Amino acid sequence: MIEIKNVSKWFGDFQVLKDINETIQKGQTMVICGPSGSGKSTLLRCINGLEPYQKGEIIVDGESLSDPKTNLYKLRQKIGMVFQRFELYPHMTVLKNITLAPMKVLKKSKKEAEKKAMELLERVGIPDKAHEYPANLSGGQQQRVAIARSLAMEPEYMLFDEPTSALDPEMINEVLDVMVDLAKEGMTMIVVTHEMGFAREVADEIIFMDEGRIIERGSDEEFFTNPKNERTKLFLSQILV
Amino acid sequence: MFDAVIRNFGFLMGGFGVTLELTACALAGGITLGMIVGLGRISRNRWIYQPVTLYVNFIRNIPLILVIFWFYFVMPIIAGQPLNPFISAVISFIIFEATYFGEIFRAGYQSISVDLIHAAYSTGLTYTQTARYVLIPIAFRRMLPSLITQSIITFQDTSLAFVIGLQEFVRRASIVDNLEVRSIQLYGFVGIVFFIFCFIGSKISLHFEEKGRKTGVL
Repeated sequence: MIEIKNVSKWFGDFQVLKDINETIQKGQTMVICGPSGSGKSTLLRCINGLEPYQKGEIIVDGESLSDPKTNLYKLRQKIGMVFQRFELYPHMTVLKNITLAPMKVLKKSKKEAEKKAMELLERVGIPDKAHEYPANLSGGQQQRVAIARSLAMEPEYMLFDEPTSALDPEMINEVLDVMVDLAKEGMTMIVVTHEMGFAREVADEIIFMDEGRIIERGSDEEFFTNPKNERTKLFLSQILV
Repeated sequence: MFDAVIRNFGFLMGGFGVTLELTACALAGGITLGMIVGLGRISRNRWIYQPVTLYVNFIRNIPLILVIFWFYFVMPIIAGQPLNPFISAVISFIIFEATYFGEIFRAGYQSISVDLIHAAYSTGLTYTQTARYVLIPIAFRRMLPSLITQSIITFQDTSLAFVIGLQEFVRRASIVDNLEVRSIQLYGFVGIVFFIFCFIGSKISLHFEEKGRKTGVL
């Protein structure tokens, strides 16, 4: 379970997160949407300790991220993250990208790590790309490798930061399909996305952020058809055409 | 025309061997220390950033020949015994070149997106592991042409070690010159040898630069 309690964060004088409260139960999928600059990505980075916050608390399975005794490196092992621009290691083959952390962090043998990596590549549908370099892959394929790289650590939570917004339209579905499968298998996921089809299909909760605040939350069709907040209404009407 | 060179060829080339050895040691130490200095220069911890920046700015703003002199004359006072000129020269070069290599690595590290580093952290890699498997290899590949250029400069700089009496290439040429009085041909020969090695080096650098542009892997 991830608990976010009264979290505020500033970049200098600018407040990016304003008193955020949210709880994500195990096995749930939460979708975060909102205009750019609303603090969605920053919130995601705070959840696995990549960005510090100045007020409040984020607690993952009972461990507070702001507690100096918490080992962030250890905690991040169970929180996978997928980025907008894939962020694969350009100097390593696909297979090396996936096996690096299991071998160095979990001390798995090369054989064991590669076996697991091949299973994951099978699962995301590109086992034939194992020995290619990221530059030779399409965006959709790179993003699926990035998902496989995160899954190789067998995380309990997965964070997705606009995983499809850097992709050409025809590649979006191949990535979303992998994510839908993950959600259905019971992975706990927090997804920043504007793919409302995905949100409708798998989200247990949808939150809408604007100017650093959560201004609307919903868990069903009502969120899409009858949002209460004017800002949400306007936003949804712009992206749901 | 090269009679003095031919008569003393073995002696001169022995000096060139010392030059090569000095270059190899200076590069191995300078590049390794440079990797770490570069990390220090992008550190957010001011207890690391400030001293490293002071070191880099200080050394880069004094002539190399002074670093060599100082080290050679100050170290015996600290250590209590005179240092072997070769070891003294190697250490001076490492201290000096590491600041230049450090700035090259810093530029390489800064060319890497913050999210790529976040991606490494998010798989549970520690700072040291991220530096070793992600930051350093990428920076090294991206900065290879600059690293080769700086290596050529280091190779040329080693001739300054003659001021502390190290018998490297230039020093031996001057020893021969004192006996034979054939300045033009001796220093001409030294110049030609340096030119050939540096020219080959710059061609290699160009090759990697073009290769990097073509493949676009990084």
